[in-house]
Amino acid sequence: MSDPLLSVQDLTKRFDPEAAPVVHEVSFDVEDGEIFGILGPSGCGKTTTLRCVAGFERATDGTVSLRGQMLSGPGVHVSPEARKIGIVFQNYALFPHLTVLDNVAFGLNGASEPEQEERAREALEMVGLGGFEDRQPQHLSGGQQQRVALARTLAPEPDLILLDEPFSNLDALLRQETRQEVRELLKSKGMSAVLVTHNQEEALSFADRLAVMRGGQIDQIGVPEDIYYRPRTLFVAQFLGRTNLLLSQAAGTEADTPLGTVGLNRDAEGTVLVSMRPEHLALEAPETSDGTTATVVGRSFKGHDITYRVCCHGNEYLVHTDNRHLYEPGDTVAVRPLEPAVVLESRSSPADVPSGATPEPEPEE
Amino acid sequence: MRFSQALEVIRSRWYVALPVAVVIGGVLLPLVYLLLRALQAEPATLWDLVVRWRTVRLLGNTVGLTAGVLVGTSLLAVPLAWLTTRTALPGRQLLTLLGVLPLAVPGYVMAYALLATTGEYGTLAQTLGLVLPRLSGYTGAVIALSLSTFPYLFLNLRTAFLGLDPALEESAQALGHDRWEVFVQIVLPQLRPAFLAGGLLIALHVLGDFGVVSLMRYDTFSYALYIQYAASYDRIYAACLALMLLLLTGAILVLEAGLLKGLLFHRTGSGTTRASTRHRLGRWRWAGYAFALTVAGLSVVLPAGTVGYWMADSAATGLPWAGLGSALWDSVSASAPAAVLAALLALPVAYLGVRHPSTWTRGVERIAYLGYATPPLAFALALIVFSLGAVPFAYQTLALLVMAYALHFMAEAVGPVRSALYQAPPHLEEAARSLGKSPLGAFFSVTFPLVQRGLLVSVALVFLSAMKELPITFLLAPVGFETLALDTWSYAEEAMFGQAAPYALTIMFVSALFVGVLLLRERTAARRPASSQT
Repeated sequence: MSDPLLSVQDLTKRFDPEAAPVVHEVSFDVEDGEIFGILGPSGCGKTTTLRCVAGFERATDGTVSLRGQMLSGPGVHVSPEARKIGIVFQNYALFPHLTVLDNVAFGLNGASEPEQEERAREALEMVGLGGFEDRQPQHLSGGQQQRVALARTLAPEPDLILLDEPFSNLDALLRQETRQEVRELLKSKGMSAVLVTHNQEEALSFADRLAVMRGGQIDQIGVPEDIYYRPRTLFVAQFLGRTNLLLSQAAGTEADTPLGTVGLNRDAEGTVLVSMRPEHLALEAPETSDGTTATVVGRSFKGHDITYRVCCHGNEYLVHTDNRHLYEPGDTVAVRPLEPAVVLESRSSPADVPSGATPEPEPEE
Repeated sequence: MRFSQALEVIRSRWYVALPVAVVIGGVLLPLVYLLLRALQAEPATLWDLVVRWRTVRLLGNTVGLTAGVLVGTSLLAVPLAWLTTRTALPGRQLLTLLGVLPLAVPGYVMAYALLATTGEYGTLAQTLGLVLPRLSGYTGAVIALSLSTFPYLFLNLRTAFLGLDPALEESAQALGHDRWEVFVQIVLPQLRPAFLAGGLLIALHVLGDFGVVSLMRYDTFSYALYIQYAASYDRIYAACLALMLLLLTGAILVLEAGLLKGLLFHRTGSGTTRASTRHRLGRWRWAGYAFALTVAGLSVVLPAGTVGYWMADSAATGLPWAGLGSALWDSVSASAPAAVLAALLALPVAYLGVRHPSTWTRGVERIAYLGYATPPLAFALALIVFSLGAVPFAYQTLALLVMAYALHFMAEAVGPVRSALYQAPPHLEEAARSLGKSPLGAFFSVTFPLVQRGLLVSVALVFLSAMKELPITFLLAPVGFETLALDTWSYAEEAMFGQAAPYALTIMFVSALFVGVLLLRERTAARRPASSQT
């Protein structure tokens, strides 16, 4: 395999020499043409990582290289304007005193005036904003501002673009549509990008590969499916949607869990914590099933499927099913695992975490 | 409709109608009256008075002085604002304070300090044997006014620097522009509104200034007005001068409004603002300190030191305790009632503006600000002409002086009351009404306790401003009425620096209190939104 486009090695950033580092020995690579996501809760260090890559922050330790050229490292700090790395900010940061066209032309230094204008117009056409050249940015809608910001970043043809929560200022309907458009645009141009977000759905659908960060460190890097279905740590399992945690006794490929004996995704021994996504559990009639019996305590209908809350040995679990069978609260059912459970590494001892469904993640911002 | 609501309030409640009428009448009537009186003169006489070379020279001098002070204040304020907001310079909080402190030095005290430092008999000559040419005229006036007014621009620029979205600069940098290009192409354009706001305050200050130009003997409209008044009192010519000064002020207000139009930048998007990264200056920090300390040395240490030096001189011959005491009493006896009156007038004006916002109520507030913008010498002259013509018994009375102070400084009182009123939601009063209180009863039992603090700040600000006021006092003080400001100025005017020192020191003390109140208010205002969220 060829050298990666962007290589970040053991990146560490401390703002205060006394305090814990905000980013601690973070390493990842971004391949040419790849969209890489960094996902984490606010304060996890993901934006600081991005700003170190952009050159706005000086890394305390570690290296950042682009196409094999060192941008940041011991005694080296290439200034942001010399990095050929573009950035789209959460609030777009359009220059309010310049027109849309002048905003987009701003990064086209060195070219003649007509050429700058020509290229800026092309960039605006590309994002579907031809005809908006003479507007002031504040007179555009949020979605249009976002596209101007993207055009401005793409116009100078940077080697890499950084996206700092670029969709979080759009309303929910527009967000999904814009995300898809931007992804298609980047893919069609073969652009490499790093996306920083706290929104798990956004990271899973936008990135080719992603890193989940917490407390300044990366917990796991992988393709979205891997991260979702095979979380390595308790944190990753919880952060990417609700799941059921089972305190289990493992013996090789199987474990004894509160929901009966379940296969494991990898060998383990002794007391372990395993995760079982709600869609990997099924409810069956207790007479015909060998699953563990439980009592339905709640049901919420969501159109395409139903989420049941069931109680088993005093703990509540979540089960997503399609809506062919209807159970009422109070019904006795059998819970059957459909997939092997995922063994989690935990920084704390597994026994500290109670079995049962994880709580609803707290909405951010 | 809001307008009719406000009108209804005015019509049904005398306690709102009366103060509003006093404000509108008090500010506008004298000015209109001045215009009418001037127009009574023979057109030929008027023509001769206005259309002459002297007018052109006065206009040139006044505009030249304003321009000079705007340049001077920019040279002081821009680097200082940048140093205190954009660099990691240790001790920048202290430097910020040093940038605000010159507000405690009225222009005429600054001018006095410069005059008493330079020249053959100045402090420098006496202590170091260093004889600098005595500062006076244009140079002296520009330096004195720049040193005493630059904090207005400094504070505006600071706020603008702190409010700038750092993502703008970072975007520009990521697009391949170096720091200097980013500063010129992105930062400076964003600072334009702050330049205009600060510049307007300074321009109004310069146009209205009387103390500095009279001590530096620089021939501007204000100085000419003073000469007219002091020497050969030609009422018609004085009225013409005042009107021309008013016209110039009006032109500047219109110019500022025109320039500001379309400049009100909105932040695009609505993300949270990060604090910007501060530049590390490295070895350049010594240059930063040298600059900041030079500014502080000239604007704060110099006047304080000069006054201190001449105090010692004055103490050797015995401090004029009796004179100080009576000047203090005269100052207080005019300033205290004026402060209370200004707050009482400001309350209904602010109340109408906050509770019944409409073009009309905004107009009333504008008039309050107009009283502040009107050059004090012209305003005082208008009041003299008006009182002589319409209410002769009021001429040369303390009451007229108090009224003039209150109308002139009311704008300072409106601000704190306004922000206090925003903290008292109208539902509170409505709840009190539904529990059986009359409108006035509801106001006093519910709203008043909540705006009390704001009112107190208003009273304090107006009181301290009036204590150091010079031009209005100069024209309107009853015979034999000697305030601290008048004594400082008249001793300095006769180069009796030792005699002026005790009065100047007292004035600086009063002004320092004023700055203290301002800073305290800013601190609490800054803290309020944070605490209301939790």
